[in-house]
Amino acid sequence: MPFIPHTNEELRQMLDVIGVDNIEQLFDEIPEELRCGELRGLGSGLWEQKITRLMQDKAREDGQPLCFIGAGAYDHHIPAAVWQLASRGEYYTAYTPYQAEASQGTLQLLYEYQSMMTELMAMDVSNASLYDGASALAEAVLMAVRANRKSKSRRILMPASVHPHYRATVRTLVKNQGIELVEIPYDPGTGQTDLHALAQQTGQDFAALVIPQPNFFGILEDVDALTEWARVNSALSIALVNPLAMAVLSPPGEWSEQGADICCGDGQPLGAPLSSGGPYFGFLCSKQKLVRQMPGRIIGRTVDLDGKEGFALTLQAREQHIRRSKATSNICTNQGLMVTTATIHMSLMGADGLASVAASCHDNLLLLVEKLTSLGEIEPLFSGPVFHESVLRLPLEPKRALRTLAAHNILGGYDLAAHYPELGNALLVCATESRNEADMEKYRRKLEQVLTSRQGACATMTKFD
Amino acid sequence: MSNIPENLKYAESHEWVHDEGDGTVTIGISDHAQELLGDLVFVELPETGTQLKAGDECAVVESVKAASDVYSPLDGEVIETNEALADSPEVINEAPYDNWIFKLKLSNPVQLDELLDAAAYASMVEAEDH
Amino acid sequence: MLIFEHSRPGRRAQAQAPAARSDLSGIPEQFQRKCKPRLPEVSEMQAVRHYTRLSQKNFSIDTQFYPLGSCTMKYNPRACNSLAMLPGLISRHPLAPDSHSQGFLSTMYELQEILKEVTGMSAVSLAPMAGAQGEFAGIAMIRAYHDAQGDTQRTEILVPDAAHGTNPATAVMCGYQAREIPSKADGDVDMEALEAALGPQTAGIMLTNPSTLGVFERRIKEIADRVHEAGGLLYYDGANLNAILGRVRPGDMGFDVIHMNLHKTFSTPHGGGGPGAGPVGVSKRLQPFLPIPMAGTDGHDYHWLSEEQCPQSIGRLSAFAGNAGILLRAYVYAKMLGAEGMQRVADYSTLNANYMLKRLMDAGFTAAYPERRATHEFIITLKNEARELGVTAMDFAKRLLDYGMHAPTTYFPLLVSECFLIEPTETEAKESLDAFIDAMIKIREEARADAEQVRGAPYSLPVRRLDDVRAARELDLRWQPEEGQT
Repeated sequence: MPFIPHTNEELRQMLDVIGVDNIEQLFDEIPEELRCGELRGLGSGLWEQKITRLMQDKAREDGQPLCFIGAGAYDHHIPAAVWQLASRGEYYTAYTPYQAEASQGTLQLLYEYQSMMTELMAMDVSNASLYDGASALAEAVLMAVRANRKSKSRRILMPASVHPHYRATVRTLVKNQGIELVEIPYDPGTGQTDLHALAQQTGQDFAALVIPQPNFFGILEDVDALTEWARVNSALSIALVNPLAMAVLSPPGEWSEQGADICCGDGQPLGAPLSSGGPYFGFLCSKQKLVRQMPGRIIGRTVDLDGKEGFALTLQAREQHIRRSKATSNICTNQGLMVTTATIHMSLMGADGLASVAASCHDNLLLLVEKLTSLGEIEPLFSGPVFHESVLRLPLEPKRALRTLAAHNILGGYDLAAHYPELGNALLVCATESRNEADMEKYRRKLEQVLTSRQGACATMTKFD
Repeated sequence: MSNIPENLKYAESHEWVHDEGDGTVTIGISDHAQELLGDLVFVELPETGTQLKAGDECAVVESVKAASDVYSPLDGEVIETNEALADSPEVINEAPYDNWIFKLKLSNPVQLDELLDAAAYASMVEAEDH
Repeated sequence: MLIFEHSRPGRRAQAQAPAARSDLSGIPEQFQRKCKPRLPEVSEMQAVRHYTRLSQKNFSIDTQFYPLGSCTMKYNPRACNSLAMLPGLISRHPLAPDSHSQGFLSTMYELQEILKEVTGMSAVSLAPMAGAQGEFAGIAMIRAYHDAQGDTQRTEILVPDAAHGTNPATAVMCGYQAREIPSKADGDVDMEALEAALGPQTAGIMLTNPSTLGVFERRIKEIADRVHEAGGLLYYDGANLNAILGRVRPGDMGFDVIHMNLHKTFSTPHGGGGPGAGPVGVSKRLQPFLPIPMAGTDGHDYHWLSEEQCPQSIGRLSAFAGNAGILLRAYVYAKMLGAEGMQRVADYSTLNANYMLKRLMDAGFTAAYPERRATHEFIITLKNEARELGVTAMDFAKRLLDYGMHAPTTYFPLLVSECFLIEPTETEAKESLDAFIDAMIKIREEARADAEQVRGAPYSLPVRRLDDVRAARELDLRWQPEEGQT
């Protein structure tokens, strides 16, 4: 109702042209018994002011707590220009660039995106995005199984230090194709993937090894050793990385002598707001020789009839609309708008800007850890080096501390109890460049109160014993 | 009307076969097939040493708008592939019978008799067009 | 000109980077990056100007009529965008506790309920991030259902030959073989071929209704009965839900599982190719298998259903909760439409399509299914024009761009030669439709006068026709600095 432009007179004219008396007749091929009546559950439409008020109320309910949760989604500053540009109707309301001549804006931007991602990752080629980091990892796994010519194996080595939700997603997406995920434990001391446990798999046939950097615990993995192990054992190496971290950390293309074969991850730190987990975007890069095994859209630079430079979708014969059941994936649309934001974001930040944001996150994390451990009874659980997240051991169940902190509008971190019960009272905390010292001080003070009141409670209980 | 040389045998799936007379054959795709596909942009070759059965998918020819499997017309082992196609797949468009895709060492040479001769293939193509 | 070509060493958007306090002292040397990535070094204004100018090289719904069949390019209301970006929603962390999530979770719950109502299904999960992922979830649920019954002999998914390419690709991703079913000359599924294909190996069938041929499958009930009798399940591809919104519900047609494309029917942005959202709805028997997470309520508070509460779920499809921000936009749209508005979507999209079809036929163009009513979209074939004038559907498409209109979908479905799949949507006014028809007539006249001229189109866009053969043969997929530069 609100977005239909027809006047009554136009409706009349159009029905006359068609040769029917009313709209109802246009549905005369649909068997009568299939028509539904009024949709009673829906109610009547709201005009814009009403829905605005409704949504404002909902948004206010969720508030804007001080957030120290990371765990795969990070609260970074996004330059104002990013979303102002991406919200332009020419980006926001265009579709997949099927008509290349009428889509040069999107196509060139995607080509620039591919260029930036290959630079950031030090890889040869990039696709134009996938849905999110977790599903990108699944696509990378499928790609590795297709691409590994030295191995006929359908087994993948998956470290336990990979984000649990990513592992769950990969399982969902690959299990029906007979692909098996073999878990590699982490070293309980360092928090890194256990190289000794990996060594026990030497000589067995695997299609690929997944290598997270940083891993779910925020710990930096010994990526050179892992990549080298994969090469020696004829497994492809799949890097799973935080793209912002790559501004300061050794990128997948430079791991070990030959670099990782495939690299993927979530692009959220590059200009996507937290937004309850999406839309973000997944990125996927690889070595040149694997390009025909890549899923998703790929843009190429070419020339037009007059020899002028232009951009077009290319290598489409991999895709479902041509290859149908033999396609590399069923993916059709990707996350175009999010790639638009990421490309503008990377342009505005540049390599130096991304590096200083990354360094600032790292600084803040160290400061946060320093402040929280100064309370005593709290300590880092792992000894490995960190980027912008760290696992802390608390003297009480994290969920209890988190509940009290939340009541004071602080989201104190992510409780690892559900996924890593063996770690005890383990809390994953994160500090990005968006947190300042006052924020951290506030967190420290509130946590101190939680600890004190708990000691008080214990003391009381002791008295009654 | 596409070019269908008399000295070759053909499969219904549009491959041509040249009998080398020493138990090996050379295989490519017909002029008709390359016309249907249009400008080729990529050829995925089988790996040498692969054992094939007649009817097995063993290579892919790709144009911008289509991708088509190449089927082995006969049983045998892949003994050589035309690596030059990696850099210039378009030579198949230019001269489909000069630019082969792979060679087989036959394990069941009597199958050669089951392939179409030029006349039979020509009438099949003609029937397809109508 | 690429953004990289605006780059100068040492230039930067200085407002955008914090001064770091340290030199990464906590990160050992071996982990650190040695060589700086060659990202652009530009000022803020240069970046803004560059990407503003690039945007102007796009056609979009906001600037042009965009009758791209099967894609439902309707107006994207601005309120949907701005309300999804309200501070408490845009900044909510996906792992925030329920205490700070009631606004968001209640919205997700209500959206599930709305989608149940409009589709006639028993339960809905919002998890899939796009139509193709919704398809995946749907077929994976069908497989999980058969597996749970111990019925492991079912290896085939039936797919009509007119189907979108994602259908067979999805079947394969779920470990099935895709078997094609032909369509009849009137566009309906060939029942005899269907009967012949059904058997104990049939896991299910994937149907789009209205089909990709732009007609409503009239014997859908019969198809549903036959497939169910064979022990298979029915999957509804919601690509064309816009045609029947508020009029007919897939659940009432007998479907067991469906996906919806919210970026089509619920008007969330297409964004230059995503993000989409592809929620799935199921009948009672598939409910235990829905992908997680799903929003639940105890009647007062809202929460995510835990994995323990969904032990038979096919599992997760994304790291968090799918494309949440897109789901918020769809919710706003659905609330603005209400029951009556939904029905009007189907009514007016169907009106517009039938009007265009009739006018094009009156002007001498050839309908692919002239005896059939158009749904929200329809197909014309330009094979006569191709034969008589030497001007193909692609030539018409490119020339339409010169007339300031996006081309319809061309060469899909594959069954109809030289075809245009035209979907005007309900938000286009009569004058847009008339202008399109006038342009088609004019292009045909141009072709009669000088076909070569039409074959050379477009002329007024940033580039003329691109050499996609060269693009595929000489792969240039990234910018690299010229020799000698770093």
